[in-house]
Formats: sequence, structure tokens, C-alpha cells
Amino acid sequence: MSNGMEHMRKLTYREAVREAMRDALRKDERVFLMGEDVGRYGGCFAVSKGLIEEFGPERIRDTPLCESTFVGAGIGAALGGMRPIVEIMTVNFSLLAADQILNNTATYLHMSGGLFNVPLIIRMATGGGRQLAAQHSHCLSGWYAHIPGIKVLTPATVEDARGMLWTALDDPDPVLIFENSGLYNMEGFLPIDAGPVDIDSARVRRAGKDLTIISYSASLFKALDAAETLSKEGIEAEVIDLRTLRPLDERTFLDSAARTHRVLIVDEGWRSGSISAEVSARIMEKAFFELDAAVERICSAEVPMPYAKHLEEAALPRMEKIIEVVRKMVRSHG
Amino acid sequence: MPGLGADMVTGALVEWKVKPGDRVKRGDIIAVVDTDKAAIEIEVFEDGIVEDLRVQPGQTVPVGTVMAIIRTEAVPFAAEIAAAKEEKVLVEGTRKIMEIEAPPLAEVVIPSRQPLAGRAGRIKASPYARRLAAEHSIDLGALRGTGPQGEIYASDVESAVSAAGQESSKEAGGAPTEEPVPLVTKEKLPPTSPIAGKPAATDYQAAIRRAIAAAMARSNREIPHYYLQTRIDMSRTLHWLESENLKRSIKERILLAVPLIKAVALALGEVPELNGYWIDDRHQVQESINIGFAISLRQGGLITPAILGPDLMSVDELMEALKDLITRTRAGRLRSSEMTEATITVTSLGDFGVETVYGVIYPPQVALVGFGKVMEQPWAENGLLGARPVVTATLAGDHRATDGRRGAQFLDALNRRLQEPSKL
Repeated sequence: MSNGMEHMRKLTYREAVREAMRDALRKDERVFLMGEDVGRYGGCFAVSKGLIEEFGPERIRDTPLCESTFVGAGIGAALGGMRPIVEIMTVNFSLLAADQILNNTATYLHMSGGLFNVPLIIRMATGGGRQLAAQHSHCLSGWYAHIPGIKVLTPATVEDARGMLWTALDDPDPVLIFENSGLYNMEGFLPIDAGPVDIDSARVRRAGKDLTIISYSASLFKALDAAETLSKEGIEAEVIDLRTLRPLDERTFLDSAARTHRVLIVDEGWRSGSISAEVSARIMEKAFFELDAAVERICSAEVPMPYAKHLEEAALPRMEKIIEVVRKMVRSHG
Repeated sequence: MPGLGADMVTGALVEWKVKPGDRVKRGDIIAVVDTDKAAIEIEVFEDGIVEDLRVQPGQTVPVGTVMAIIRTEAVPFAAEIAAAKEEKVLVEGTRKIMEIEAPPLAEVVIPSRQPLAGRAGRIKASPYARRLAAEHSIDLGALRGTGPQGEIYASDVESAVSAAGQESSKEAGGAPTEEPVPLVTKEKLPPTSPIAGKPAATDYQAAIRRAIAAAMARSNREIPHYYLQTRIDMSRTLHWLESENLKRSIKERILLAVPLIKAVALALGEVPELNGYWIDDRHQVQESINIGFAISLRQGGLITPAILGPDLMSVDELMEALKDLITRTRAGRLRSSEMTEATITVTSLGDFGVETVYGVIYPPQVALVGFGKVMEQPWAENGLLGARPVVTATLAGDHRATDGRRGAQFLDALNRRLQEPSKL
């Protein structure tokens, strides 16, 4: 470990996203960033802080408070040959641009008979846990994963925050990137020469033999923490980071299910109709005879996100709950 | 109700051989069940005490129905009580945490799993447990699950597999094996007699035809057969048989079927791929060799009960087993393991003057060996023409499981074995 560390550096998730954008802005002059307060204010989560000084207001563009307009402008720019990165403050506000995203971005290639592809990146913050109440805290990435025609990325690690953007910009079609706002201050280590990473595979973040925990985004770390605690009790959980919710890399989690025969899905989205429901269904469809127990899910409580801190914590997936459910799943019969 | 054949849907209980309170051990015959084909004696797979008989004689129930509860001694009630207590403590402990953090959400966060309304008596086993059970030929109905409601998990099947392995290796005195090795039943059977209390004349012939129709239609529908045939010089085997029989009383005389079955079993040792099943799109080679031997019934139709482990028997033991099997087949007194554990089928139609048999594989097996009539035929060897007794052996193989090359190797091995009859 210490050997490799001299080639590593420590940075926050926020810095990793900023670095990814700076890198893209430097490498390709068609790339520009557009969104509410991304320029002079430096972004409401300070992700784009300093970029306007380096790249100027032409390429770091503040927009009016009208999501439908600036996402539409992004579509136009992409159709016109640019490589726009549109930032929407939070996924909650993206609903104001839902028509642009669903009816235009996702469908143009199809509606134009393959003539017009839309190489647009839309970044947005998502997730709860910061006491921002019911209109600023929802996790709707799984909801967007319902829509064919777009890719849905949910980088959880600093490495993915740094590496997914460039690969997404290389993609000829629209890509949505969901950054969990709770992760911006998270620190991680990255190789000095860290570069692009793939955007179409899930990763086994921790190997284990007794049970598979499938998660993504901020919940991944709750799963990993739970796995560490469970390891002390002799339960070895495999933890999978989905990374991309559309298209789903089902091979990785089906293989894991075939190894461990038990699966728990931890999803910050609401349970009904969630991505966890989709993952569960695919395991049932394609790995039925591997299952030694019903697939279990831990999702957010099906309520508008509470403001009160203790209620919000209780509504989100919690590490203690993961540990409790895993114990039950592994020991229920022995 | 155990499944006693690929296409058995229901079975009728003829009689119980045990009553509540009786102590039973693995291998005991506890009931007689009437299927479409015959009355079958049901063996028990666990040691324990009969707790409850749930099906009455005369009752017809679907395969999979719990017929009796046998309490195994290894699992006392105390363990269940302790497990239930532990669970309660866990839930209560969680509630307490939840109360401090978020009283209104506690109920929402801990979803309770209420039992669903379903058919009572169904075996609840996880899909993985079912797959393992099928692979190891474990009867799920004979297992006791360790789940909260008696659900069977993979670990339950695994312990049954290792228990069966231990038991059989203990009995055989051989090295421990992973796979359960069904053993030849050593104890003598009571003299055969018509089944007492048998329900009024079932239309056996029609039922047998239906069962054969279902199995054979499935075979021709699903199994891509390939056929290989070879002519085998039987002079050495017949000569050996003649000299062996001179040493024996008439009662003990060995039939030609014995060296044929033995040679098939030994050849399968060389080409094990033909000994097994094709289940769930997978070729499942079986370690133990159980040869289903087609026996025609006087009233019409045929049954192919298994001779369990002929490769491990002496020629005399095999003759004894075959005689016993034929008698019991015709008397309708077969055991469940003999009906379900055949790993390959041998059919010999030589008695009826047939020269060549083109067999239809009995699913889920992957091969069938056919023997025709032993006939004097011109035979050229070493440049000389002579007359030799010759039999045509055929192999019907499932092309999903094996290819012609392996089939050819099998027929070659079979031929070699029949040229060295003293080693059978």
C-alpha cells in the first residue's frame, strides 16, 4: 500500500468533478459549462469555483433561473456541434426541464431517423441527508434510468467523479450524471495520472462470499461500512457499485448472485418502481435458481423527505439497518 | 409424495407400513404408493420418529404433498425456541433504537413479512436448494428445512448430501465421497405377495401406456438422438457363460443379460459421460451407475427399474439382483429408489428375435444401450471366415450431452469387456 501511495494524491469528490471539467475544457474547445450560478458564484455546491477565471464567461456561462430554457439551449448547442455540459442545481429542479430531457434529448436520434444525435451532458446534484427538506433532497436517478435514449451515471467514488465525465463527453448521445451532494466533501485518493474510466460496467468494490449488497452513489459507502462491521462477525459481504443505472451492467451482479446466492439492494430512491426493483426483477428472471433467499431491499422511506435531522436519517437507508437485514438473511436458517 | 418418474403427477397411498411413534431409519420402507405404472414401496431418507401421518390410504395426492412428518432426532424443539427468542430480541432491540431516532417511522422501516396465502403442505425450498437437490438426487420432501417456517435452504440440502455421503461410505467401507452413492439393498425381501388393501382395479394398462406416451413423446420432442451400432463377437462370453453355469445348480444359473449388464456398467466406468442426466440445460454426469433394465409386464407395457450399482456386484450378486428385480417388477413391488435413480437404460429384445434395437432415451437420461438377438453369423478374422455367435449392440445417445466420438468409445469398451468375460 505505502509503495503505491507516492503516486497518489488526496482530493475531494468536489475537486475531482472540477478537475474533470477543467481537463475537458482544456482538451476540447467545443466543451463549455452552462447553468445557474456556475460562473461568478462558483456553483451552488462550489463545484465550478475558479473555472470562470480560467476559461472566461464565454465558456462558463451563467444562465437565467429557467431549467427548460438552458437545457433546451444545451440541446441546440449539442446539435450544432458543441459539447455542452449543462449543470442543473439539483435533480428536483430538473423536473422543470423534464420535457426537454424526455421528449427532446432522449428522442431526437430516433425522431430524426438517426440524423441528429445529441452529445449533451447534464450534471445534477441529487440525494438527501443535508437537511434541505422535501423539495431539494430526492434521489431520482433511478427514475431517469427508466428512459431509453439517455445514459444515467451515478459516480460514487472520487475516481469515477474524475473519470466518467470525459468518457461521457466522448459518447455521441446524451448522458446524465448524478452527483450525490453528500459526497462533495468526501476525500479520496487518486493516482496522479488518473484519467477517463468506462461508463458501462458495475464494479465489485469488496469481495465476499456470503451475500451480495448491490448499491450505488452515496449508499455504496453505507454498504461498505456495514460490510466491514459484518466481517468482524464472520459474515463476508460482497459489495457491488452499479456506477451506471442505464444501461445496467447486469452481468456483474448476476455473477455475484451466483457466487453468494443472497442479494440485498440498497437504494436511496423510493422503493416502489425503483432501480432496486429493476435489479431485483432481473436477478429473479435470470438467476432464479441461484437464489437461496428472497432478494431484499433497503430503500428510502416512501415519504417526502423530512426536514428534521433525526427523521431524515431514519428515512434514508442506514448502515445499522443494512447490518440488521444482512444478519437476518444470512442467519435466518442456521 | 415422491416423484417416481419423469411424468408422475399424482400418486395414491395404498398403505402405511408405519404408525405415529414408530422409530424409522434411512432405507426403511414406510409406505406403499400406487402410481400410473405400479405399486411402489417408499423408502425413508432420514432417521427419526414418525410424528404424524397426513395422508390416508386410498387418497390420491399430487407429487410434492407432505405425506408424513418424521421428526429427526438431531433437531429438537429447543433449537427452534432459542432461534425464535433471538429473533424477537433483535426486533425489540431495533425498535428501541428506532424509538429514540424516529418513532413515527419505526413501523414503516421494518417491514413485517406476513405469510402469504398458499397451498398448504407445499415444500418450501429456495430455488438454489431445489437446484442442488436435483443435482444430488436428494428428495426435498424428506428434508427438514431450518428456515423459520421450515423452509429448505441450500445449506440443508448440502448437509443432507454430506450425511448421505458419510452414510454410504460407512456402509461401503470405502473412501468418503461427496456424492451420495445409492447402495444395493442387501437385505432379503419378504416373499412377494399381492398387495394387501390395494384399491380396486385401476386401469393399469391404460395408465402405463399414458406414462410411456408422455415420457417417449418428451424424449422425441426434446432429445436429439444419435445412433451408433456395432457387431460384437459373443463366442468368448457364451463359452464362459456355459462353463460357469456348469458349476451352478439350475436355480443359480446366470442369464446372458448378466454379463451384458455388467459389461455395460464397466464400459460406463471408462466413458462416464453417458451415465447421467440432462437437466436444466446442463449435462449432469452421475458418479454411481444405476442401470435401468427394461422389463416387460405380462399384462402389457414395460417398466425400467434400476439395478443399483451393478459395477460393484459380482456376477452372482448381479444375477440375484436381476431375478429379484424381475419378480418384484411383475408383482408390482418396486422401491422408490429403483424407479427414480436409473442413470442409463439397457434394453434387450433378443428373446423376441430382434436383430437391432434403436432405442428411445428415457428422459432425463442421456443414453440407452440396446442388444439384439445373438445369431450365428459369418465372421472374418485373421483372414479366415467362420461362423460366430454375434450380437448387435446399439447406443442411442443424447447429442446435447455427448458426441458420437464418446459413444464410439463406449461401444468399443463394451466390445472389449465382452471379449474378456472372466474379468466381468
